Amino acid sequence: MAANSNDFSVPTVQLLAPDGTFAPNEAAEEFVPYFERLTDADHERFYREMVVIRRFDREAANLQRQGQLALWVPSHGQEAAQVGSAFATRPQDHIFPSYREHVVGKMRGLDVVDVLRMLKGLTLGGWVPEENGNFHLYTLVLASQTLHATGYAMGMQFDGATATGDPERDEAVIVYFGDGASSQGDASEALVFAASYQTPQVFFLQNNGWAISVPASRQSRTPFALRGHGFGMRSNRIDGNDVFASYAVTAKHLDDARAGRGPALIEAMTYRVGAHTTADDPTKYRLDADLADWVAKDPIVRLKAYLENRGVAQSFLDDVEQEAADFASDARKRALEVVAPDQDVIFDNVYAEANATLVEERAWFEAYEASFEEAQS
Amino acid sequence: MTMIQDRPMAASANRETMTMATAVNRALGDAMADDDTVLVFGEDVGALGGVFRVTDGLTARFGERRCFDTPLAEAGIMGMAVGMAMNGMRPVVEMQFDAFAYPAFEQVVSHVAKMGNRTRGRVRMPIVIRIPYGGGIGGVEHHCDSSESYYVHTPGLLVVAPATPQDAYSLLRSAIRSPDPVVFLEPKKLYWAKGEVDTSLEVPIGAAHVIRAGTDATLIAYGTSVPIALAAADAAEEEGRSLQVVDLRSLTPYDDATVDAAVRSTGRAVVIAEAPGFASVSSEIAARVSERCFSWLEAPVRRVTGFDIPFAPPKLERYYLPDVDRVLDAVDTLNWDA
Repeated sequence: MAANSNDFSVPTVQLLAPDGTFAPNEAAEEFVPYFERLTDADHERFYREMVVIRRFDREAANLQRQGQLALWVPSHGQEAAQVGSAFATRPQDHIFPSYREHVVGKMRGLDVVDVLRMLKGLTLGGWVPEENGNFHLYTLVLASQTLHATGYAMGMQFDGATATGDPERDEAVIVYFGDGASSQGDASEALVFAASYQTPQVFFLQNNGWAISVPASRQSRTPFALRGHGFGMRSNRIDGNDVFASYAVTAKHLDDARAGRGPALIEAMTYRVGAHTTADDPTKYRLDADLADWVAKDPIVRLKAYLENRGVAQSFLDDVEQEAADFASDARKRALEVVAPDQDVIFDNVYAEANATLVEERAWFEAYEASFEEAQS
Repeated sequence: MTMIQDRPMAASANRETMTMATAVNRALGDAMADDDTVLVFGEDVGALGGVFRVTDGLTARFGERRCFDTPLAEAGIMGMAVGMAMNGMRPVVEMQFDAFAYPAFEQVVSHVAKMGNRTRGRVRMPIVIRIPYGGGIGGVEHHCDSSESYYVHTPGLLVVAPATPQDAYSLLRSAIRSPDPVVFLEPKKLYWAKGEVDTSLEVPIGAAHVIRAGTDATLIAYGTSVPIALAAADAAEEEGRSLQVVDLRSLTPYDDATVDAAVRSTGRAVVIAEAPGFASVSSEIAARVSERCFSWLEAPVRRVTGFDIPFAPPKLERYYLPDVDRVLDAVDTLNWDA
């Protein structure tokens, strides 16, 4: 880019064309070796994860419409960005999600019913990261998690848990955020701190076009990928609907982070095909034509075409459909079975150690509740 | 200034006279020596040793891994501390001044305070947030706030405000050991006041204590207002009134038992605090004492606080700050003819 020019364009890394042809573009060249790590079984895993989560996503939205969930946060359209990047993580890595990365959680071992339980209104947070593949809690306050990720990565440096030269052991962090969250001061501060301390960390920005009703153009005049350079870190824009690009670019930057080469920023160009949440109505602010353009670039259709071109068995595709249906129906069944915890659980774990004020309030509450039971008996 | 020396203290080789700033510095150094996971960071805390020199020498002694300067961004400092605590560290962060902590407020309220609850107790936040606070030093605007009410109103946080070098030392050690996050409010105007410190003395968080015996009325104070309460009690004694003084030391958890027992013993209470009085720690104390000690009270609970205005400019701060005369004026209204 020429100095003082208004040309802020950046190349977009793409390996898989929208028609399913494997055709890495120029920007993708350095990432092809990372793609070549993948086996046919990995390609099939990508497809399976994407199809299964989309079916689950639809089932969860149905649960919300039927009054079973207070809210649902759809991920339809962003499956390639999420599946590819999640597959690039290693078991020892830590993942800091935003709140739409259901498949990332699933791939790290999270039971999706834990997400449903929270959105059913029965828990805060809802899971223990260390028991769920180091998949940290969803963060509804935008961009706060970018700083937690940076602090966690600094802890890895402090512990000597990274940059030892052993990729099987060296740890790294990936943090998910979005085009809207990028405007938060916390996001900029996280990028400053990460660059300053050279943390082992990948910032994975899913640019899905919309922050509820506000287009990405309101957040930034330049591609978000360019911002990374301003903060002093390697940055790439990728086709976020190309699962191979998402995998390969994330794998490279995570490997570099693990090896002590510092943080990186990835901007994944994708699209929120559904609403922001089930409380939102995108027809009020979005053009049908825009949506149709992106639906034509659907990440699952693209990967399916690739697999078919390579002669994947129809029985595999059928099996995946069945697995998706089974997964969704199992999640639905178990979500319906989730029961509310005891009422006085709300007093638990506010502090690690007993707090006299809370002890007194809880005792009052229990006696008050018990007084009704006595009155009824 | 009246110093608190009347507490019985066992003879100990660990006793030494020092300023509160030195006591805080000593506590940080001792905690870092005891526990490798204790990290001190913030703005100017490294080579400079902090704008109040409270972290002086820590980088030289423990290295830049343990005590280091950060980029100039309070939300960044706090959010980074959250991530470090998740990863097993015990961060002790410095917010350079009370009002400079506000950019970090979202991280404190939504994450530091709530993470333990959101993970059902599995991911605790053993973070200490040190904040030099309050006025009385002729500071320019945005350098003199008493911001304790914001923090005590947030479930999940512990909040302490020492008034002596001893409590500063012992409470900071307790705070760093605590599995819960602690907002540690250091009264700037008392940084250079000296007192005796016994480094072997433990002071638990949540324990108020009576620092001056008295029979006619109880003055309830914390942090910056403690020396005022003591001076007022001295002055009242000359006028023939015996005032008891309670130093809260911890605001959360609040020590109802000690305060209630004290107020019931005298039947009269005045709460003294530098912060604006409306919807504040002082109003909470007045409400609790009124609810719990009503039958013992000879007069309504009075409060002597800062006005409900922005902290006054340096040359006018004396008109804002509670002082001995205002306390005595309040004491005079406690229905003595009853």
